[in-house]
Amino acid sequence: MSEDQIKKMEAERSRSLEAEFEARIARDEKIEPKDWMPEKYRQTHIRQISQHAHSEIVGMLPEGNWITRAPSLRRKVALLAKVQDEAGHGLYLYSACETLGISRDELYEQLHSGKAKYSSIFNYPTVTWADIGAIGWLVDGAAIINQVPLCNTSFGPYARAMVRVCKEESFHQRQGYEIMLKLCEGTAEQKELAQDALNRWWWPSLMMFGPTDAESTHTEQSMKWKLKRKTNDELRQQFIDQTVPQAEILGLTIPDPDLKWNEERQSYDFGEINWDEFWQVVKGHGPMNKERMKARVGAWERGEWVRDAAMAHAEKQQERKAKEAV
Amino acid sequence: MSNKKNWPLWEVFVRSKNGLEHRHFGSLHAADAEMALENARDVYTRRNEGVSIWVVESKHITASNPEHNGELFEPAKDKVYRHPTFYDLPDDVKHM
Ligand SMILES: [Fe+2]
Ligand SMILES: [Fe+2]
Ligand SMILES: [Fe+2]
Repeated sequence: MSEDQIKKMEAERSRSLEAEFEARIARDEKIEPKDWMPEKYRQTHIRQISQHAHSEIVGMLPEGNWITRAPSLRRKVALLAKVQDEAGHGLYLYSACETLGISRDELYEQLHSGKAKYSSIFNYPTVTWADIGAIGWLVDGAAIINQVPLCNTSFGPYARAMVRVCKEESFHQRQGYEIMLKLCEGTAEQKELAQDALNRWWWPSLMMFGPTDAESTHTEQSMKWKLKRKTNDELRQQFIDQTVPQAEILGLTIPDPDLKWNEERQSYDFGEINWDEFWQVVKGHGPMNKERMKARVGAWERGEWVRDAAMAHAEKQQERKAKEAV
Repeated sequence: MSNKKNWPLWEVFVRSKNGLEHRHFGSLHAADAEMALENARDVYTRRNEGVSIWVVESKHITASNPEHNGELFEPAKDKVYRHPTFYDLPDDVKHM
């Protein structure tokens, strides 16, 4: 056989493997780590799962900012538990990602060098206690809408991690909403804090669903692999429709003069999103991008001697055990 | 100075309650078995998900290769005589 013939045969073989692979997903079968998969599937999943993991980890920083200043013990234990959950979410996701053949160290390296992205929402500051309420209510609320469909995604380890994540998220949203509720029932000043937080977090929360469908490049492939079930715009609309009545209960005003119930569509019409701001933050020019990476990289570097010492201790123990066994 | 040795990967198995088997929950990194157990408690059982944890270093697990699934698992498919429905009995036979 000539080299050309061999190449042709290999190409044919990979085409038929790929067709069989797509058919399995279409039949709702799960893909597990050791199964054959197209390189593009592997790379896309490494990118999406790691981005998701990084978002959980960086997402701890804006809320961690308020743990020591929570207004009561009840609020403090709840916020601590929530932030700890986010660490857990990051860890479930990193371990799912590692099954695709990338190491934890490489994943951290991609985050710390700025090569990997994380959700832009965490590049906004938490300036008042009400921001903790707004984050739980809006940011975790938006995250839930993005995440629930992923419980049925095609890659087994990702789907299983998402089932655990989704189970834990609803407490996050409820604790946030409760904070808002208490502030809104409080003094005029407290209610103003809540309104101010909503004003600042509303639009960035809408941006969490990503660019409009017309601008989004990955949607079709992602639909096929069940990384997506609905489009960005559909999810955004779902978020708005379910959040507006919640704001009404709080007695707060959504900061959008164009927001209006559309009887015909049975949905809210809403104003133009500032996509320039979105892309600015994605590109690293948000209010807190530098600060977040500095905190993250600093924690990693300051922890290095601890990691090394633990490893050295473990090795020493093992050597001792081996000697005793002789 | 860093010795550049990373914490190894461990697989975590959790028994959710007595009477049930340990089930694979996920993995994590830890310097040794003791730390793996402690981390597993924090990562995988924050809400009473378990009463017992096993950890094993991932490198000690030998896994079958899905590419050999044919030769491994297919032979069982045509052995219908391993199932009770293979045997023809009259309807009057009860309790069987
Ligand atoms: Fe999340
Ligand atoms: Fe989370
Ligand atoms: Fe959350």
